[in-house]
Amino acid sequence: MTIEELEQIAKSACQENDKYDFEVNVCMDLACMSQGADRLRDALLKAAEASGKSVLVRRTGCMGPCSSGPLVRVDPEETLYHHVKADNAEAIVNSLGGDPVPELQCDLNEHFDKQVRVVLENAGYIDPEKIDDYISRDGYKALLTALTEMTPNGVIHRITESGLRGRGGGGYPTGLKWGTVAKASGDLKYIVCNGDEGDPGAFMDRSVMEGDPHRVIEGMAIAAYAVGASKGFIYVRAEYPVAVSRLTTALRDARRRGLLGNGICNTPFNFDVEIRLGAGAFVCGEETALIASIEGRRGTPKPRPPYPAVSGLFGKPTLINNVETYANIAPIVRNGGKWFANMGSERSKGTKVFALTGKIANTGLVEVPMGIKLREIIEVIGGGVPDGHTFKAVQTGGPSGGCIPAEMLDVGVSYDALVRLGSIMGSGGMIVMDDTSCMVNVARFFVEFCMTESCGKCVPCRAGTAQMFTLLTRFCTGTGTMDDLELLEGLCETIKEASLCGLGMTAPNPVLSTLKYFRNEYIEHIVHKRCPAGVCNMEAPVEVVA
Amino acid sequence: MPVFTPPPLPSDDKRWKIVNGTMRKNGFARHALIETLHTVQSSFGYLDDDAIRFVARSLRVPLSQAYGVVTFYHYFSLKPPGKHTMTICAGTACYIKGADKLAAAAEKHLGISQGQTTKDGGISLMKARCVGACSRAPVVLCDGEVAGEVTAEQMLEHLERWAVE
Repeated sequence: MTIEELEQIAKSACQENDKYDFEVNVCMDLACMSQGADRLRDALLKAAEASGKSVLVRRTGCMGPCSSGPLVRVDPEETLYHHVKADNAEAIVNSLGGDPVPELQCDLNEHFDKQVRVVLENAGYIDPEKIDDYISRDGYKALLTALTEMTPNGVIHRITESGLRGRGGGGYPTGLKWGTVAKASGDLKYIVCNGDEGDPGAFMDRSVMEGDPHRVIEGMAIAAYAVGASKGFIYVRAEYPVAVSRLTTALRDARRRGLLGNGICNTPFNFDVEIRLGAGAFVCGEETALIASIEGRRGTPKPRPPYPAVSGLFGKPTLINNVETYANIAPIVRNGGKWFANMGSERSKGTKVFALTGKIANTGLVEVPMGIKLREIIEVIGGGVPDGHTFKAVQTGGPSGGCIPAEMLDVGVSYDALVRLGSIMGSGGMIVMDDTSCMVNVARFFVEFCMTESCGKCVPCRAGTAQMFTLLTRFCTGTGTMDDLELLEGLCETIKEASLCGLGMTAPNPVLSTLKYFRNEYIEHIVHKRCPAGVCNMEAPVEVVA
Repeated sequence: MPVFTPPPLPSDDKRWKIVNGTMRKNGFARHALIETLHTVQSSFGYLDDDAIRFVARSLRVPLSQAYGVVTFYHYFSLKPPGKHTMTICAGTACYIKGADKLAAAAEKHLGISQGQTTKDGGISLMKARCVGACSRAPVVLCDGEVAGEVTAEQMLEHLERWAVE
């Protein structure tokens, strides 16, 4: 495969699509599928055939606003239809070439206007199982350009210049990580993609792997060229069967096209990727635990150093990045580091994909430039809290993150700002809570999660999370005391300081952040044995005198 | 050095050939343990002692290590599943949208707690760690099929339908 051949494929793919007068794109991501998108697609195909019009019905990845699903977009007009049922298929096909169907049209301009799409640029526009669709949108161009026109150091320089930081949560500068692996000695090095999206309430990585799998593979191949690796692994959760099957198809197609394998683009560069299934362990998001899992062992973390960059998978230098990080690589190589660095804030460059869920009008996937205010994400893009309830907090970073209250919503989203607020960026889950959520109960929920997910290797995490859970359960059942609260605070500090890996070190975050901003709720539970949100079932309810 | 010969298949059951296939594809390497266990679970529905012993011996992994891996990861099950499985997602978004109420309703209806199967082996009630359909929370999986924005009534109706089958 050469650049000319690639351009030829792109051209013929475009010509193939141009044969049709209309394109009807159906979102077939999990959320829309759960509302019957597969039946809708069948109905559209049938209606298109019966109408005699020249229509291309395309299956696509997530279009974004999942709460409006199933979604259909008609191109070239870019008319977006929401809540489409199989019964509406005929009306949509009949409207092609005429006026759109008014009752299905949706106005989500405000939702889309504030977004900037880099990682999700293809989502909703390509069929994830067709490599030619990806190639027609500049796919694999970055890889071939890097191989033929850039040195490995040049690639690393460009990534460093872009200011990209790891999208898995830690925010470690990607260029620096690549540089370390490139400098590590040894002929055999590995590339690992962390697709073990364990944060409950986040699904960005799933949508990227399912909606645009080639983008991840291309990013990994570029990384392999830059650091001098020839073998890659994608570690995917077993709970994501569709992602596994899409990636399998994508890898097969990329091999067939000569974009993976030996001597890619007539250069001496060899690279291939294997899929490894996770088996349900949150701790495997930690890089040393993930490596243990790929090696077929229990996912228990190891103390660092040595870092995986020096001694990782099978003892070899290993580069581990998150799905979204790899998904950013191709556009950076294509458009230059400065282009990327122009987006975002001072120390957090580019864009970030968030999974916006919970008590919010427009749930779904959003991609925003770093530095955007939380308020804009929640009130403008998300459409605010529905059903007349009031906003209480937004939870970011999953079980390692914290709850951010209403008075902090004017803070711009960046790695550092969220840490200052007592939360973390995390992989990008953003769960909105309203006045019906009890913050003590929320803290208990996360601590229970960390307790179950603790691998048991180090005592502070194994025993500490269990003790935190006991104390929080006391508060939630109305048997806690002020002494318990003091004990809990001390315990949080100990676990934070003394745990071996990120899971333990961040496990107290949901407790600390709720204590910081919602201390009065804890006091209500302890002193008045009352749950202000009415969630906790107190053993001895105190009668409220009217 | 004597050449290692993998143990014979435990029975004539064709599914063992699939399991063996996964191990052969990986050259009977020890690091294929989790991959192989996945194949066993997808073929047989769960992992029993015979299966774990067979895989451990074939890959030359100590039995304790194989058992350790099986019990470490949530995805692996040591008990056979019921004819039907109702899985309630326990992710954060589902929790915020009231998945705990769904779980309580299902437990009351079936008279079992999450993680158990009804006595007649008809229905298993399971808990999922986030399936990634958070934007349609609360989510349940009826025999693996995702259903979003589920109410307790809808879920119970589904359970009733399975019960009369």
